[in-house]
Amino acid sequence: MAPRALAITSAGLVTALVAIPLVAVFDRAGGIATLNAADWAALRFTVWQAFLSALLSCAFAIPAARALHRQRFWGRETLITILGAPFILPVIVAILGLLAVFGREGMLSQALMFIGLPRIHIYGLHGILLAHVFFNLPLAIRLILQGWQDVPAERFRLVAQLGLGPAAMFRVVEWPVLKKTVPGAFLVVFVVCLSSFAVALTLGGGPKATTVELAIYQAFRFDFDIGKAATLAVLQLGFVGIAAAVLMRLVGAPKTDVGLGREQVFLRRMTPMRKLLDLLVIVVVASFLLLPILSIVAAGVFELPSLPSSVFQSAKHSLIVALASTALCLLFALPLATFKLGQTISLFGFALSPLVLGTGLFLLIQPYANPFELALVVTCVTNALMALPFAVRAIGPAFAQINADYGRTADMLNLTGWARWRWLYLPRLRRPIGFSAGLAAALSMGDLGVIVLFADPDRATLPLQMYRLMSAYQMEAASGAALLLLMLSLGLFWIFDQGGRRGFRA
Amino acid sequence: MKASLFAAGIIAATTAVAHAETLTVYAPDYFTSEWGPGPTIEAEFEKVCNCDLDFVPGDLLPRIMLEGKNTRADIVIGLNTDVTAKARSTGLFADHGQDNGKLELPIEWTDSVFLPFDWAYVSFIFDTTKISSPPTSFEALRAMSVDQKIVIQDPRSSISGLALILWVKAVYGDKAEAFWADLAPRILTVTKGWSEAYGLFTDGEAPMVLSYNTSPAYHIAFEDDLTKKAAIFDEGHYSFFELVAKTSTTDNPELADQFMAFVLSDAFQNAIPMTNFSYPSAQPESEWPQVFADLPVPEKALFFSEEEAAAVRAEAIEEWRRALSQ
Repeated sequence: MAPRALAITSAGLVTALVAIPLVAVFDRAGGIATLNAADWAALRFTVWQAFLSALLSCAFAIPAARALHRQRFWGRETLITILGAPFILPVIVAILGLLAVFGREGMLSQALMFIGLPRIHIYGLHGILLAHVFFNLPLAIRLILQGWQDVPAERFRLVAQLGLGPAAMFRVVEWPVLKKTVPGAFLVVFVVCLSSFAVALTLGGGPKATTVELAIYQAFRFDFDIGKAATLAVLQLGFVGIAAAVLMRLVGAPKTDVGLGREQVFLRRMTPMRKLLDLLVIVVVASFLLLPILSIVAAGVFELPSLPSSVFQSAKHSLIVALASTALCLLFALPLATFKLGQTISLFGFALSPLVLGTGLFLLIQPYANPFELALVVTCVTNALMALPFAVRAIGPAFAQINADYGRTADMLNLTGWARWRWLYLPRLRRPIGFSAGLAAALSMGDLGVIVLFADPDRATLPLQMYRLMSAYQMEAASGAALLLLMLSLGLFWIFDQGGRRGFRA
Repeated sequence: MKASLFAAGIIAATTAVAHAETLTVYAPDYFTSEWGPGPTIEAEFEKVCNCDLDFVPGDLLPRIMLEGKNTRADIVIGLNTDVTAKARSTGLFADHGQDNGKLELPIEWTDSVFLPFDWAYVSFIFDTTKISSPPTSFEALRAMSVDQKIVIQDPRSSISGLALILWVKAVYGDKAEAFWADLAPRILTVTKGWSEAYGLFTDGEAPMVLSYNTSPAYHIAFEDDLTKKAAIFDEGHYSFFELVAKTSTTDNPELADQFMAFVLSDAFQNAIPMTNFSYPSAQPESEWPQVFADLPVPEKALFFSEEEAAAVRAEAIEEWRRALSQ
């Protein structure tokens, strides 16, 4: 069957794009390296903080997603889009934004001191967790919310008709949704936090918060011990593999969940108390996520008009790369979303340290072409790989649900191959595809990834240009560039995400 | 037919490029950006060389190591003394061929391969509106109120962070770890690179940051801001040099030599202070821009040769890590 061939091709390509560069690095290094005590300590700390970050992100995301799902209020759709902003921020911008709120001289400390309390000390493990929840809560909320939206409307009608109380409602509707979405969300957040470096170090307050990615960076940049960099990267991949194996077992096979794809309506009135609680959750989560974003806006808004033209030029390059890598990401993601192992395979590109991936690609390309001339192409491919796990995670459960709902009907109609995609999957996958495309585009806008080895002399990307402004002491102009980056990323995300929602109600 | 015409076109174009003299210069990103010295230097050199100077931005050492003998670089600019041992051991660099006597540095320069093009003293920069009596020595820094926080860079990921570790090692020797243990409560946090740390400082999160004594020149010259100053320490300051070298694999040695000589000329040196915010390496103080000449300087320059730096580096980083991990 053609779709199966496509799935195998896509899985093979993604695996090759990760494995071959890795082999190239080991080949060059002459084998694996031995690790010292500090490296093992870094590994332990990395896994521990990633585990806690994922746990907390999911714990907060569940009530937030539930509240956002069942409450309807003015600006809800826009709020859901904007809540995604932290996830797509470039690291350095996010750090400065977070500290403007939670730092020693931040808004919160100022407020506390105003009422005579001591300021908060954010630097430490709690600071890392705060930052990682800030980055990943939006993603976890969206993935869980997506699961809720995929529940057939009939089920809610049935619940209302039968007059089920909260406990029964939880058992019949909510638990299956959580079981289907939370392990995946946990896994993705865990993997994101495994590769944390600048955030963990800065918010962690120093070398106590040394992560594997820092050790990789040090081995690569200072010691030029690429064997060690690659060995650490493989261990990192190993943890991702273990976590994926454990969590994917939890997800289990999707239950038959039949519905007609109607729009969900809420027939049962909620008690005012429950409504109030939901709104409280929404306000707390929104303030936590949006205050740092607002401080970034405030810092950059007056700089926007005076930004040098080269910044806008670089924004154009970033946009082109973002759109191309979005298309590529979806091409990989759709076939991978059709089978369970695809979820795990999609993680590899993200889980491999960009430095090691970049080094491998550099080694592979260098004998045949000038790597610098291929800089934007390489950036585009690696950015597509980076966004892949999020896309597959968003599309996968929806795909399984469609098969559960309509699979047998489609089989009976002998609807196969492209026709099945055209008439069955694609129209019903609009929403997760739109969301994935938005995420891929936005992530690509903000990414610096492999640029250290593949910087195109004539075509800088926007994040690179922002770093250049910072290195030239132009911190204010850099905040303007950061805001431009934020606006473009969020704009791209919004366009794709909205595009996915429109016409969903077929 | 069309395809072969196209191929012929490509071959013709490639040959044309090969005939034009191109000097490929690998440089750090900040150097080649429109706000760095790159554009001025390119324009000035192209005036005299009858060639095309081509800057290639990015991480220098990893790229050179990966490329080895196949490197496209004729010149590598922007390395620094704390990593040159590694660079030298590749054998990819040739003698610079310039007279070290032309250099105007706080120490005597004897290296025949790596040539400094600028320098500065590693320093703590403080905000005068928040710190009225700045520390005047490491001992004073160590005894400073724990409420006066400092942001530094990680020596494992940042070159200025590494310079600080070596500075402390040069001052304290065996007692460096005890110094770090005492300083630890005053260190607000440690960042990956210089930009994060300096951003925290200008955002007001910390009143003191590790940078260079020449940093205030930017704020004075471009922002009329006199509130950023370097704390000058009695023990002396570690000096930080940025270096340029010619590759031994260059297919254009004459042009590369011409560039190395150009580095010491006024056309190059004049471009450095106001774009790279550091001292030019081959001009006496009398020729510096006034704002640089007015900057406070330490009485003593401290410096580890590349062998010394390579010998103490691992130990110094480990002491720092242990003391700050308590």
